[in-house]
Amino acid sequence: MKRLVIRGGTLLDQTGERAGDVAIENGRIVEVGNDLKGDTELDARGCIVSPGFVDLHVHLREPGKEEAETIETGTRAAALGGFTAVVAMPNTDPAHDTVSVVDFVRAQGQKAGLCEVLPSGCITVGRAGTQLAPFAELAAAGVHLFTDDGNGVQNPQLMRSALEYAGPLGIVLAQHCEVAALTKGAVMHEGACCSRLGLPGWPAIAEELMVMRDIELVRLTGVSMHFLHLSTARSVQMVRAAKAEGLRITAEAAPHHFTLTDEQLNGYDPVFKVNPPLRTRADIDAIKAGLADGTIDAIATDHAPHAPHTKEVPLDEAPPGMLGLETALALSISELDMPLGQIVAALSWKPAVIAGVADRHGRPIAVGEPANLTVFDPQQQWTVVPAQLASKSRNTPYAGRQVRGKVRHTILNGVAVVANSAATR
Amino acid sequence: MKHLLAIDDLSADDIHRLLELTDHMVEISSRPIPKVPALRGKNVVSLFFEDSTRTRTSFDTAAKRLSADTMNFAVSSSSVSKGESLRDTIETIAAMGVDAFVVRHRSSGAPEMITRWTNASIINAGDGWHQHPTQALLDCYTIRTGLNRRDGFDGLHIAIVGDIRHSRVARSDVQAFAALGARVTLVAPPTLLPPSLEGWPVEVSHDLDALLPDLDVLYLLRVQRERMDDALLPSLHEYSSLYGLTDARAARLAPHALVMHPGPMNRGVEMVADPGELPGSVILNQVTNGVAVRMAVLFWLLGSGGDLSEAS
Repeated sequence: MKRLVIRGGTLLDQTGERAGDVAIENGRIVEVGNDLKGDTELDARGCIVSPGFVDLHVHLREPGKEEAETIETGTRAAALGGFTAVVAMPNTDPAHDTVSVVDFVRAQGQKAGLCEVLPSGCITVGRAGTQLAPFAELAAAGVHLFTDDGNGVQNPQLMRSALEYAGPLGIVLAQHCEVAALTKGAVMHEGACCSRLGLPGWPAIAEELMVMRDIELVRLTGVSMHFLHLSTARSVQMVRAAKAEGLRITAEAAPHHFTLTDEQLNGYDPVFKVNPPLRTRADIDAIKAGLADGTIDAIATDHAPHAPHTKEVPLDEAPPGMLGLETALALSISELDMPLGQIVAALSWKPAVIAGVADRHGRPIAVGEPANLTVFDPQQQWTVVPAQLASKSRNTPYAGRQVRGKVRHTILNGVAVVANSAATR
Repeated sequence: MKHLLAIDDLSADDIHRLLELTDHMVEISSRPIPKVPALRGKNVVSLFFEDSTRTRTSFDTAAKRLSADTMNFAVSSSSVSKGESLRDTIETIAAMGVDAFVVRHRSSGAPEMITRWTNASIINAGDGWHQHPTQALLDCYTIRTGLNRRDGFDGLHIAIVGDIRHSRVARSDVQAFAALGARVTLVAPPTLLPPSLEGWPVEVSHDLDALLPDLDVLYLLRVQRERMDDALLPSLHEYSSLYGLTDARAARLAPHALVMHPGPMNRGVEMVADPGELPGSVILNQVTNGVAVRMAVLFWLLGSGGDLSEAS
């Protein structure tokens, strides 16, 4: 049998850091040591070898918006970003509210073979916020994370009921925190910038009220919950306090919420329109602090491809969202004042637990473990060039930005789907 | 200068020079044949994504008095609903050969976006809640002539009253009046002010009656019925009783004070008195001055260097 060896890297996982080679056969790690030989060898000198990354939050657009992204192009972007598993958000057309749709999404992922696609399920049918989606049927089809992402569940009775019903199923409900009545027509953060630009604001309180409500619903029901893309300082503070009380809450933050502020909207470029919106310097500092002290468990990209023509319209007509998969690692290394081990934790084994795939992703690098690995050079400088991204869309907010940290190889089930920073399939 | 997108694009000196240029345009407009060949051969396209007959007509008249060729495009539906991006729309029309687009759009920032997709000059004729720079210039010109303040507005106290939050006129006027040295007070209930006034050179009051005797200019904004649907106002009647210009309030204004409004007026709401009977009303002068100011702006951007000798 073919033997793949990753040579000369520094192994970094939840057990710590050490030098070593990794030998892989039949999709599993068969040997960890020095000077290992293989039929194929990947150079990892100067690189970190870590468990594969897991993104809790990507929009792959298929089915429904294949002009923006397909599962194949999206998972190629994911693999190039070092991700071996991604949770596919349910706001496709049709939405992820039936077994046939989630089966289709998973199968398309398997067909592409670049990254494991974990379909999320809707909390409500059609994400319309009125009727519960069939949690048990979807869970039986392998769905672990449920969300109406793009919409917050507005009705508190329905959200309470969703949590109670979900409890015994062992699934995770994930909330897009936005009280819609407070964000009517909103295109950017409510503050000095939107006031000057004459744009309708998306106030921080619209997120915070739902975080507050849902913390209390978790307290009431005892059922765990995950908060998607937290963006405000006060949200971080509330989650920190709730966790200190022992409430079963996890949270994620997106790189754009710790790298960009609402000032980016000054030129009215819809590439910077995202939901929740880019906030202030103080919010960025709070998100970074939340990641550093573990209040925020995971870095999740909210990768949201949009076809170029849909962003070449005024801000209020443009859809919200930005690309993230291929820049997440570099932005985390470049912008977060955290040890590399902590950054990798937030990209790999911590989200793996939330996604319910800790049996095969985010595993320690040890003999017998599934070979889902990411090899990256934490020092390599590169410039973000939209046309060079693998995503089918071009809406990165980082065009021209110099960043540090580049994925060299990505190993999915023992296969190098990315070798020397290029996709192999 | 290539575009006029916002008053912020102009220095105080620029504003003064434009107002001086407007004097010449007023003179031209008073001639028996109010037309000069200054912009002959220039193609000025009005691109109105939101209907505004008065602003479009004002620009059209201004362009014609300078002998520019004019075209009008009314694009009522949103770009997206047509399956065409704003960029597609602009590039298509620009391909016909355009020197300047006069753009009105219901979305803030649309004129600025358009500058990225064409080499033509862009004149903002009002975008969303953002800016309406030619309105601010004509307002400045109206105050300058109405109060005989050629050298600036130092010492003038101007109150802008009404729905500041949703007003492109207010955002432009605040910048222009302050640039010329006026003291500006915004008067509105808190719900009709922007969420933040950080960096705005203004004072804020919720009490119009207390201010009236001190004002040199009372500038009223249109208040729309839909603000009640968003719970920003209890009723137009209540707004009117607190902030509407009644005969009693008009009587408390200083004798020299000007009353202004960008139109169209909501009679019985912000304008309760009969504006025809208000001695200080310069509302129709604003309209008249609009044509001359827009001539000045077109000439400034499309003429060769702002020297009007060419225009005579």
